[in-house]
Amino acid sequence: MSAMIATRDAYGQALVELGRSDSRIVALDADLSGSTKTAQFAKEFPDRFFNAGIAEANMVGMAAGLAAGGMIPFASTFAVFAAGRAFEQIRQSVAYPRLNVKIVATHGGITVGEDGGSHQSVEDLAIMRALPNMTVLCPADGPETAAAIRAAAAFDGPVFVRLGRGKVPVIFAEACPFAIGRGVTLRAGGDLTFMGTGLMTAAALAAAASLAGEGIDARVLHFGTIKPLDRDLVLQAGRETGAVVTAEEHSIIGGLGSAVCEVLAEGCPVPVERIGMPDVFGQSGPADALLEHYGLTSTHLVAAARRVLGRKG
Amino acid sequence: MLNEQTVRSLEAQAKSLRMDILKMLHASQSGHTGGSLSAIDIMTALYFHHMRHDAQRPDWPERDRFVLSKGHAAPALYACLAAAGYFPAEDLATLRRLGSHLQGHPDMKKTPGVDVCTGSLGQGLSQAVGLALAARLGGGRHRVYALLGDGELQEGQIWEAVMAAAHYGLDNLCVIVDHNRLQIDGFIEQVMNVTPVGDKFAAFNWHVLEIDGHDMAAICRGLAEAEAPERPTVLVAHTVKGKGVSIFENKAKYHGVAPSDEELRFALQTLGA
Repeated sequence: MSAMIATRDAYGQALVELGRSDSRIVALDADLSGSTKTAQFAKEFPDRFFNAGIAEANMVGMAAGLAAGGMIPFASTFAVFAAGRAFEQIRQSVAYPRLNVKIVATHGGITVGEDGGSHQSVEDLAIMRALPNMTVLCPADGPETAAAIRAAAAFDGPVFVRLGRGKVPVIFAEACPFAIGRGVTLRAGGDLTFMGTGLMTAAALAAAASLAGEGIDARVLHFGTIKPLDRDLVLQAGRETGAVVTAEEHSIIGGLGSAVCEVLAEGCPVPVERIGMPDVFGQSGPADALLEHYGLTSTHLVAAARRVLGRKG
Repeated sequence: MLNEQTVRSLEAQAKSLRMDILKMLHASQSGHTGGSLSAIDIMTALYFHHMRHDAQRPDWPERDRFVLSKGHAAPALYACLAAAGYFPAEDLATLRRLGSHLQGHPDMKKTPGVDVCTGSLGQGLSQAVGLALAARLGGGRHRVYALLGDGELQEGQIWEAVMAAAHYGLDNLCVIVDHNRLQIDGFIEQVMNVTPVGDKFAAFNWHVLEIDGHDMAAICRGLAEAEAPERPTVLVAHTVKGKGVSIFENKAKYHGVAPSDEELRFALQTLGA
């Protein structure tokens, strides 16, 4: 049984460490610093932390101004508010001028749980992916989150990082590298490929292990970067395995599944099954029960693998 | 410090910039006439008297920052920047053309001297607050000026930023409201009343000054007095939309309409070309 760490906890710690080494790092929040974990940064660097109050639009605008003034702002709130309420501020004040603002959105997806559908963002990756100049990251676990946050800080330009609420299994080693725009091969295999992002990559690994017991050899790729997507890795998997199952805690519209299909359709058409939220909003319930209810488990990935193998020519 | 000669010279500069604005709008046959003319006296005072900036060093870290939150008045900004030497005056005729660095709304990545991207109303003040916070963090002495439209005050984000500027005690931030009383659909009082403007800022604990936005001496005095300990300042500048050319004055129609050949001739005659 692997260790369990919430990606938002890894963010809070990584941000503090960045703050110690670079005085240009500043943090903003919109009254959710205890939940997004920017409170740790606020405690250590009170002069470099700005609480906007419950005013996400102004928070993003202030972050843009801070970036225009030479700082490296990390602005955090829940994904539903970051990509939703503050969308146009991210578009006009951040992405359009390509300012060096990092939007770190926690509580993405349905594993927000009991707060219900109003607070479960199933569309943030799609929204952010459509914005020119925007880089979109969705790390799988704690160590990768820390690495992704460091990579975002080192990258000059707007970045949207999607994190989750609950604890998720650790897949990556401490101090793992993170290269923006690169996918990672977590398991070799020639019969089909699982392509996961966020917490669904762990489910893909479990599904591949389960299929191995039946003699099915599944490759597992993880995409910590949704945009720019690692096209070469996607196409190589399409060519070599001829069947793909995508897995994301997000609508099947506009996220990883869509991005993979766009690449494969143009470069290497092969059967694809998309696992994700089937164009519906979530609802209240425990996170695990919601993942089960909406078909986002390793069992569902195994079933999808069988379907896609049945369609393979 | 502010002598008669300075005021006269700024007035002459503003008149010349009005002509530049109208000529560029006429050349592009697209753009915002009324709000550029109502704002130009204020911007003349900022660019040619009050702000510390250097056209030879557009990226000078210690320069005062200017945020044209009412980004549709871009022609007024471009006229100022060209006259100040940020780019050649001939460029003004390329306003809104394909490939021009003079976009329909200000673009910091394309135009030398433009500090932020604006155009979507309501967003500039938040950026100005961020710039003022960055100035404070960096230990800089430079100030941040933001020019807002009065119709723009209908955007809720403005009041989020007004609240934040006061909360953070940003005494290095000065807002000027171009209170020309008109928006696209008509008089502000009729479309969605935002008056009294000064009282609203005062309620958020801002230092409030009311000025005639076309009285050059009053504008300069207001900018000089726009400092209060640990509080942001707003100059509520009472202006006339389309100011300077009778046919454009107080007409909502000229919010987003460029002058015709005949209107330009009349305007240039009026302004004494």
